[in-house]
Amino acid sequence: MLWETARLAIKAIFRNALRSFLTVLGIVIGVASVIAMVTVGQGSSQQVAADVAKLGTNILMIRPGQRGMGPGAGGGTQARPFALRDVDRLIDSLPQIETAAPVASGSTTVVAGGENHRTQITATDARYLVASDWPLVAGRNFTDAETRAGAAVCILGETVRQEIFGARDPVGEALRLENMSCEVIGLLEAKGASSFGSDQDDVVFLPIRTFQRRIAGNTDVGTIHVRVADGVTTEAAASEITYMMREIRRIGPGQDDDFSVMDMKQVTSMLTQVTGVLTGLLAAVAAVSLLVGGIGIMNIMLVSVTERTREIGIRLAVGAQARQVLMQFLVEAVVLSLLGGIVGSVLGLGLAAVASRVMSIPFSPDPVVVVLAFAFSALVGVIFGYFPARSAARLDPIEALRHE
Amino acid sequence: MAGEPPLIRLRGVTRVYGEGAAEVRALDGVDLDIERGEFVAIMGPSGSGKSTAMNVIGCLDRPSSGQYLFEGVEIAGLTRDQRALLRRNYLGFIFQGYNLLARTSALDNVELPLIYKGLPREERVERAMRALALVGLEGREHHDPSQLSGGQQQRVAIARALAGDPQVLLADEPTGNLDTRRSVEIMELLVQLRLERGLTIVMVTHEDDMAAYAERIIWMVDGRIDSDRRKGKAA
Repeated sequence: MLWETARLAIKAIFRNALRSFLTVLGIVIGVASVIAMVTVGQGSSQQVAADVAKLGTNILMIRPGQRGMGPGAGGGTQARPFALRDVDRLIDSLPQIETAAPVASGSTTVVAGGENHRTQITATDARYLVASDWPLVAGRNFTDAETRAGAAVCILGETVRQEIFGARDPVGEALRLENMSCEVIGLLEAKGASSFGSDQDDVVFLPIRTFQRRIAGNTDVGTIHVRVADGVTTEAAASEITYMMREIRRIGPGQDDDFSVMDMKQVTSMLTQVTGVLTGLLAAVAAVSLLVGGIGIMNIMLVSVTERTREIGIRLAVGAQARQVLMQFLVEAVVLSLLGGIVGSVLGLGLAAVASRVMSIPFSPDPVVVVLAFAFSALVGVIFGYFPARSAARLDPIEALRHE
Repeated sequence: MAGEPPLIRLRGVTRVYGEGAAEVRALDGVDLDIERGEFVAIMGPSGSGKSTAMNVIGCLDRPSSGQYLFEGVEIAGLTRDQRALLRRNYLGFIFQGYNLLARTSALDNVELPLIYKGLPREERVERAMRALALVGLEGREHHDPSQLSGGQQQRVAIARALAGDPQVLLADEPTGNLDTRRSVEIMELLVQLRLERGLTIVMVTHEDDMAAYAERIIWMVDGRIDSDRRKGKAA
């Protein structure tokens, strides 16, 4: 009898092909969007964590202003920038520091051989590549002499090389940067996209003094990157650095720090907080589409109540018992919901897989999300397929037949 | 026949819709016996309660008070499911508006009562085909109602009513939507079926021409039986 009921229900689904299609479509859209968005959100969170792990756990960043803001957030604007001599004083006085590098940044257009390209400038010194473990694939690092003198030399990221020089070896070539011509002395290993999709290889490294004099026109240092010596915890180093920086910046007792020292764990938690918020937002948008899909299903089911009520009346008149009719409608709703859920899951996972590839983030489907999205839409389908039928099946057959 | 109860016996049956001032007494104390094999036409002006009487007899509706015995069994004592079983095994319906399932082939429509009887598929198809052949619809088994004329749709409905092998055929204005020629064809079909199968037929109509096919005509006025005439054997 159950098989017979299933057969009946499937027949009814094909008999009302348009209604069935729209119902399934509502479920498909809801399920697919939730799965796609949450999967992509989780993938980017994982990417952030992986990127930060690559940066190393023995790196500290000192920034002007108080911590607690996200990357690129304000708060540091009114705080004094650092100076180059601060870096040397830190290295000289703190044995906990293996090395440290000043960083200033900006953006510019680089030109060579008729090609031009807008890119980021990271102005630093030779110690940066050591501190961040970023190897060169060609050429050499800055020399101390070049750094001190503010020589017109630069090191390119892979993207800039491709944009300006194509497949050619750029080392030894000249590159125009603002109104300055500089010699390319090195090429960085490709790193790929960062957690937020920005291209880390789209960068030109300059000696910091060169940048300060020829481009920025000041002597500010935006960030100090510190590599902590082996055997020293980042917490211990951070507290020593904080003490030292207060002295350097002449902060009196009782006054708040006007800089912050962050280790990568804090950066990680900040970034994951941000991606968590993003994932939450995506999930909220997806939940709305799930709801809209659900309302679509409701609509279709309620519009067809008149027709279905008459159908139920006919079935009761020829001798169907209420529970037989209900079982058929329940099976019909379950089959439609399952169908929509399966198609929606496949579509959602497919979209997430494609999006993950395009954004080069890991594809990490979460079975919990799939099950939840599936369950919700199935519930909507079953409730709105089943309950109108239930009230109709409770009528006397003649009332159901006369339903207008 | 003396000791045997009539197939259908109504005693003091009322059916009241609404309450208070809006109360409508569609049936107001109906006493009626119908014997096995009779062909009864229920006539009357609109609002006289003739359709309500048929619906009560067909267990599509329930009386508000009074007694309804089917083969001596009190219907008021039956559950919803038992009334469904009664409709399934003893009763067949024909409606003025046909009440076929839309977008469903004639064959599937006729199969419907057999599904609920729990018959295996081959037997259902065979019986549905036979019923459709009986009403002259061979070759139209796979047509949807929308592809059939009104007369053909009513024949599908008759085939559906007969497929379950009922004892009583209940027809509510079966020719109400049909022209005279189709109406005559349908009525002749009903008369023939009754003779061949010993069916009891209860038909509601407001057309004298159609009532003339019955051998007993009940006139209803204001929810009561006004007259009850039987034709002579000669007719």
